[in-house]
Amino acid sequence: MSSELVLFYVLAAGAVGFAIAMLVPPMGKNPIHSALSLIGSFFCLAALYAQLSAHLLAAMQIIVYAGAIMVLFTFVIMLLNLGPEEIQPPKITFTKVMAGVLTLFVFGKLATAIALAASGSVATELTEAQGYGTVKVVGRMLYSTFMVPFELASVLLLVAAVGAVVLAKRSLKYVASPEPPPAGLNRLANAPDQDEADAGHADHGHH
Amino acid sequence: MTAIPLGHLLMLGAVLFAIGLAGVLTRRNVLVMLMSIEVMLNAVNLTLVAFSRYRGWTEGHVLAFFIIAVAAAEAAVGLAMVLAVFRLKKSVYIDDLKLLKR
Repeated sequence: MSSELVLFYVLAAGAVGFAIAMLVPPMGKNPIHSALSLIGSFFCLAALYAQLSAHLLAAMQIIVYAGAIMVLFTFVIMLLNLGPEEIQPPKITFTKVMAGVLTLFVFGKLATAIALAASGSVATELTEAQGYGTVKVVGRMLYSTFMVPFELASVLLLVAAVGAVVLAKRSLKYVASPEPPPAGLNRLANAPDQDEADAGHADHGHH
Repeated sequence: MTAIPLGHLLMLGAVLFAIGLAGVLTRRNVLVMLMSIEVMLNAVNLTLVAFSRYRGWTEGHVLAFFIIAVAAAEAAVGLAMVLAVFRLKKSVYIDDLKLLKR
């Protein structure tokens, strides 16, 4: 067995192991442990991409997935202040049984399709000159053939950013409605003025 | 050329996809369900990268790039929705979110 194959098995075991640890107690009980476990899985996948000569995607995986998305997840988990889930006896409901059956069915279908289709596939030879998977080659394709989808993706990200801000905004009700906010909120809004006035009085008293 | 058989990579993708599917279907915490969706998207990305490697294509990398962009958008909007719902119901468990079921 070549060293490359051994490395693949180690990384694959890491990716699957961390993904399972995300869902199953003891790690899966606490959302923050789930998130950390998922980051481990993403790092294993990034190493696999690098092994498959997808250098740009390996970097993207770490920067965007393990960096941006998972930081967002950990931020939200800490913002919501979620502790470990209450320990309840593992109850087998009808829904969960059906979910297991459905998962096994989908996996069985995928596995049989792979076993039928992928036998005897040989990787194409890559030369150094082709620069397969590098920033230059992928970027050139991204900015020529896939120009329009690339620009649309930027619009999508803009819309998602605006939508996230609007959705997570605290007092959208008072921004949207023309009537004045209730008295409690009004007092809060006026609080800085009050402080300023107090400070002014104090200053006058001093002089 | 790489010594990893294509079938191994595709099977790893299928296993990860099944784990993500099981997570979405069995876990009741919305945050963990969103994380399981990320695992499923990663399984698809791995399959795309494996096929592009074995065909010598670059298009698969570009497609995986777009999937990462969509995943980022989905995570941002999904987490914002989780925050908004948490303010309303003080819960992140999917069983408590039944406003339409009166």
